[in-house]
Amino acid sequence: MLAVHGLNTHYGRAHILQDMAFEVGAGEAMVLLGRNGAGKSTAMKSIIGLVQPTSGRILFGGRDIAGEAPHRIARSGLGYVPEDRRVFADLTVMENLEVGRQPAREGLRPWTPARLFELFPNLGRMRDRPGGRMSGGEQQMLTIARTLMGNPRLVLLDEPSEGLAPVIVQAMAEAILALKAEGLTILLAEQNSHFAEGIADRATVVEKGRAVWSGTMAALRADESVRAQYLAL
Amino acid sequence: MSSILPQLLTGLATASSLFLISAGLTIIFGVSRIVNFSHGSLMMLGAYIGWSILTRLPREPEWFALGILATALATALIGVVLEMAVLRRVYRSPELFQLLATFGVVLIIQDVTLLLWGPTELPLPRPRWLRGFVEVAGSRFPLYDLVLIAIGPLVLGLLWLALNRTRWGTLVRAATLDREMVAALGVDQRRLFTSVFALGAGLAGLGGALSLPNASANLGIDLSVIADAFVVVVVGGLGSLPGAFLASVLIGVLQAFGIVLVPKITLVLVFLVMAVVLVFRPNGLLGRPQTEAREATVAAPVVRPAPPALRLLGAAALALAVAAPFIVGGYYLTVLTDACVAILFAASLHFMMGPGGMASFGHAAWFGIGAYAAGLLLHWAGAPMPLGLLAAPVAAGIVSGLFGWFVVRLSGVYLAMLTLAFAQIAWAVSFQWVEVTGGDNGLLGVWPPDWARDPRPYYWMALALSVGVALLLRRALYAPYGYALRAARDSAPRARAIGLDVERLRIVALVIAGAACGLGGAIFAYGKGGVFPTYISIPHSVEALLMVLLGGLQTVAGPIIGALVYTGLADILVRSTDLWRLVLGAVIVVLVVAFPEGIAGAVRRLWLRGREA
Repeated sequence: MLAVHGLNTHYGRAHILQDMAFEVGAGEAMVLLGRNGAGKSTAMKSIIGLVQPTSGRILFGGRDIAGEAPHRIARSGLGYVPEDRRVFADLTVMENLEVGRQPAREGLRPWTPARLFELFPNLGRMRDRPGGRMSGGEQQMLTIARTLMGNPRLVLLDEPSEGLAPVIVQAMAEAILALKAEGLTILLAEQNSHFAEGIADRATVVEKGRAVWSGTMAALRADESVRAQYLAL
Repeated sequence: MSSILPQLLTGLATASSLFLISAGLTIIFGVSRIVNFSHGSLMMLGAYIGWSILTRLPREPEWFALGILATALATALIGVVLEMAVLRRVYRSPELFQLLATFGVVLIIQDVTLLLWGPTELPLPRPRWLRGFVEVAGSRFPLYDLVLIAIGPLVLGLLWLALNRTRWGTLVRAATLDREMVAALGVDQRRLFTSVFALGAGLAGLGGALSLPNASANLGIDLSVIADAFVVVVVGGLGSLPGAFLASVLIGVLQAFGIVLVPKITLVLVFLVMAVVLVFRPNGLLGRPQTEAREATVAAPVVRPAPPALRLLGAAALALAVAAPFIVGGYYLTVLTDACVAILFAASLHFMMGPGGMASFGHAAWFGIGAYAAGLLLHWAGAPMPLGLLAAPVAAGIVSGLFGWFVVRLSGVYLAMLTLAFAQIAWAVSFQWVEVTGGDNGLLGVWPPDWARDPRPYYWMALALSVGVALLLRRALYAPYGYALRAARDSAPRARAIGLDVERLRIVALVIAGAACGLGGAIFAYGKGGVFPTYISIPHSVEALLMVLLGGLQTVAGPIIGALVYTGLADILVRSTDLWRLVLGAVIVVLVVAFPEGIAGAVRRLWLRGREA
């Protein structure tokens, strides 16, 4: 469903992504694993179009979307959940969801606030609360819900567990699994494999802007040397 | 007692007009972060278009209302064209270039309006119902002012509904907080921005058309309105609609009573209100601290010493400049003297703007204060020129220090708007305080002593002073003070953390810039033999900006090159065409869109590229 080939991205003179390549199949959950600064977030921003890649191809549903405007990429069915949440602090929960709303997509059951409140019951109890007055976990759920309002076929989840209390992380993992069960394709970015463990089917390990290893989660578990070399703190 | 109510109503009517012009400005700023200088021009277009429509319609109230609405629509359409042709291309440019681009639009609209409607003022013949009066507390109150009073809150209410009860409004509010995220959620920002700009322009047009019965369509509207609107928006808090309304009421009512109590205080009063509000609430009445608009920000330019070859070129140019009086004649010598003054004007602005990071839209204020200091000393105390040349930088430095004390904590856009407002007030004082400054006629007979009467020695003196000051400014830039100032510009919190007194550094920069600029003003005054309010006008302030931005902020030589190029271009333009504003405006817009780094920056880049390859 999503295939990244030879992707290069620069910030000024710094060469961040260097021939990055990976694929995500339909209905699959894939995780980009790597240390802080490995290029996971840049990869996601390049895919959604917030950062302009210098070269390379990003095929989504067979179409090359590299270099397109973010709103076009989003409308073609790609959802993006940023790492630092970025809820609209002055807007209420309902208004945040409204910003994300896009027309229903063929073959997908459209997301409504009511459906999202089943997935995240917390949000349903604070419909009129401004985003800025919610806890970190609530904000994280709101960003995911907001992205789902666009009825994406694939979501990019950039470190959804970052900075959250263990209980909340658990709830988050369950919600993401529920989405996966619905058939949503997921590309996750994580620093350590623990959170990804229960969610992802496959992993791509990223180091210094390159994809250095790729395989199933089971293979990663078995490969002690890869984990020691690229993922240990 | 009986005069209080009518006076209050007059104030509220003024408040409504103020709100109409500032609402559009603040909405546009909120979303696009662009301070739209051409907002006053849109209001002026509204007045002219309104005049053309209303004079062709039947004179009944319902037709009047329809004509007003049609005008607002027409101006909104012009706004759409403007946004798509100009603003859309500069959303990612640095703030100042955006301001400059919209000022280019101001110039263009000036000349286009002049071409279409001619230079004469166009008053609207008022039908009888518009001249009606209502009995209020025993005195007659104009009916139309009551209509105006109602329109202000009505517009506020409608805007509130649009922003809080529609999807469009939700998207707009989201975009003011984080436009990148809005785009990533599938919203087409460009259409959103265009629609916001159209709304703002429509409001300006509405304000212009509604001002017709009490005023007229004239070519001075654009700049007088924009200064008022800036003050209201700053007092209310940038981007805050209710804030703009509150500020309008405050200023409108205070003005209405101020006129009765002290007729000449009005302009100073506005400034006082602004100063008091900003001392207690640096972000305006209902404004919030400016969060960084989330978008990749361009790093501030680093000022580096010029490569040796370029220095050699500069030395050669200087030698040529010293020898110039033996080569060229009288007229060109005065142009060259003007160029020396322009160098001071531009280099001083560059000092506070480039390394200091404080943009100014009212740099002419210091120029004018220096010129008036010299002129007044001569006029009232008979002080000779050397004393005048000494007093000018001192006076300008002191005033800019005082001004700096008020504004030094403010961030970029606020500061730029306040400098403009301050310059407007300085202009008003020089214009209105006829007994002291001679008002519009200015101070005449400000001539240099006999030894400097001839253009040659005067030119050499101007050259020596401007080159000397430019070198001193450069020296300061590479001294520890200059590094500290640049550190404070790049990150105030980090500079504070290593023990730098950011406020003091900035005030000192303002004093230095003000003093250098004031000296330029005095040299100019003696050269022309007079001092006039036009020295402090907004277009003059913008000239300084143009010079600096033409040359680019990245180099010390930039403002000097910019000053020379600008002086030369302006001289040619003014002599060759009546439509110089149109041409200049178009040149500005094209330059801003094409060379976001200025001439010197572009040359430098090409030069370095040649070297590296």
